[in-house]
Amino acid sequence: MAAAANVMHIFGREFRHYFITPIAYIVISIFLILTGWFFFSTFFLYNQAELRNFFSLLPIVFSFIVPTVTMRLFAEEYNVGSYEILVTMPVTTRDVVLGKFLAAAAFTALMLLPTVVYAVSVGFLGDLDWGPAAGGYIGAVLLGAAFSAVGLFASALTKNQIIAFIIGMIVCFALTMIDKILFFLPGPMLGFFEYIGADYHFQNAAKGILDSRDLLYFASVIFVGLFATHLVVEARK
Amino acid sequence: MIEISGLTRYYGDLCALDHIDLTIEKGRILGLLGPNGAGKTTAMRILTGYLAPTEGDVTVKGLSIDRDMVEIKKLIGYLPESAPVYQDMIVYDYLSYVADIRGIPADGRLARIRGLAEICGLGEVMHRSIHELSKGYRQRVGLAHAMTADPQILILDEPTSGLDPNQIAEIREIIRKIGREKTVILSTHILSEVEATCDRVVIINRGKIVADGSTDELRRGAEGECSINLSLAGAAEKEAKAALAAIPGVAGVETGRSNGELRLRLICGGEDIRERVYRAIREKDWILLEFSRETKSLEKIFSELTKEG
Repeated sequence: MAAAANVMHIFGREFRHYFITPIAYIVISIFLILTGWFFFSTFFLYNQAELRNFFSLLPIVFSFIVPTVTMRLFAEEYNVGSYEILVTMPVTTRDVVLGKFLAAAAFTALMLLPTVVYAVSVGFLGDLDWGPAAGGYIGAVLLGAAFSAVGLFASALTKNQIIAFIIGMIVCFALTMIDKILFFLPGPMLGFFEYIGADYHFQNAAKGILDSRDLLYFASVIFVGLFATHLVVEARK
Repeated sequence: MIEISGLTRYYGDLCALDHIDLTIEKGRILGLLGPNGAGKTTAMRILTGYLAPTEGDVTVKGLSIDRDMVEIKKLIGYLPESAPVYQDMIVYDYLSYVADIRGIPADGRLARIRGLAEICGLGEVMHRSIHELSKGYRQRVGLAHAMTADPQILILDEPTSGLDPNQIAEIREIIRKIGREKTVILSTHILSEVEATCDRVVIINRGKIVADGSTDELRRGAEGECSINLSLAGAAEKEAKAALAAIPGVAGVETGRSNGELRLRLICGGEDIRERVYRAIREKDWILLEFSRETKSLEKIFSELTKEG
């Protein structure tokens, strides 16, 4: 009970912090410009009322954008020293990790909100199939949460935010591209890497199919990311 | 209140604390004294749960830091060195965030924050962003942070570093006030601070406790040595030296001359021999120009206890 309250207090501070500094507005702007341009530059060429183009590029955009959201979460606190103040208050490492993760995941979800405009405008122009669109958004929220967990782990490793960003980006990018980079591998092995890859599961969701395997995948990435973060943070003691 | 036994901490190969044993009673102000890198901050960080010990046990009111750290943290208010509070928050928001985490109910929060502002002199800056504040005010925010939940134990790491003399006096006053009811542990390398505020002093050097006691006890314990400085007129050097050396309790006499006065320094043990010295001088009918007793200063004791090698 008290633990859940502490998670919410930490979440609240971290989430509000995004909007105290200009970071949030810059990150959201870059995200919307990138996705908007990728989406609408080819939209009228395809002449199809669907969001596939938007969703197909989202994992790559997220693997650059989400680490900018998460990079400061631990690194900045280590660097300023406020981390010492935070963990000597009556909170557990688990409260801290969960609160920070939820803040980043909520922020990425919020970032997706303005892109609903794309769906609505496509809906006006043609006959949008809302199933895949809804599936895509659910998948995108899960993908954002999974990458947040990865980015949080990267941030816990170092007191330098730039390093945290680069590590986070590399891991997210690798998760996105792994099955495409290793296309030359024989079938069964490729299948294995496809399963590890985030893109494969996300594209399943974006087709409007919410399979339990895909949900389990995102849940596992989140769990592994948070667990590793917990280990790293505890090891600093 | 706090029991520390066999506390050891290594950073890699470097031993920061080496089997420290210490018992801290309730309602006292304990000063941790030591040169830079002696292990003061490490000890405080272990007590507050920021670092884990490599070896040894710490219990606070019977709670063990291995198992009940969250409960212990509830009892402790901690001000880390240089008060690294969140820079980007407004003072009020910050204290209210701390009050939330410390579990202060919403209806009592405003009153509590007002009280803290009063004690720490934060009234004027309550709605300023912390990064705009001067070091002294930031230190006060840190102190308010530590006292938010009215904890039973207050741990302050160099609470007056970087402050101007007026602020130092104010903060010491606050600490003394708190120390009447609470247990306070503060670290410092300013000796006058210890004399001004602490009931008990523990001197740490190279991760070991080298002295423990009140400031008076430390002075007396330091080889029980004191000296008497005299200035005489109308006395021959040799005669005076012989006469004074004959007084029981005098261990040695050093002499010297300046401006026609004879200056003498009598080394004596712990015994108070001032009366005997005065009588000896009166007997000889010398003119006494100066008479003072000098006990060892805390600075001297400190440097003897913590010198290299």
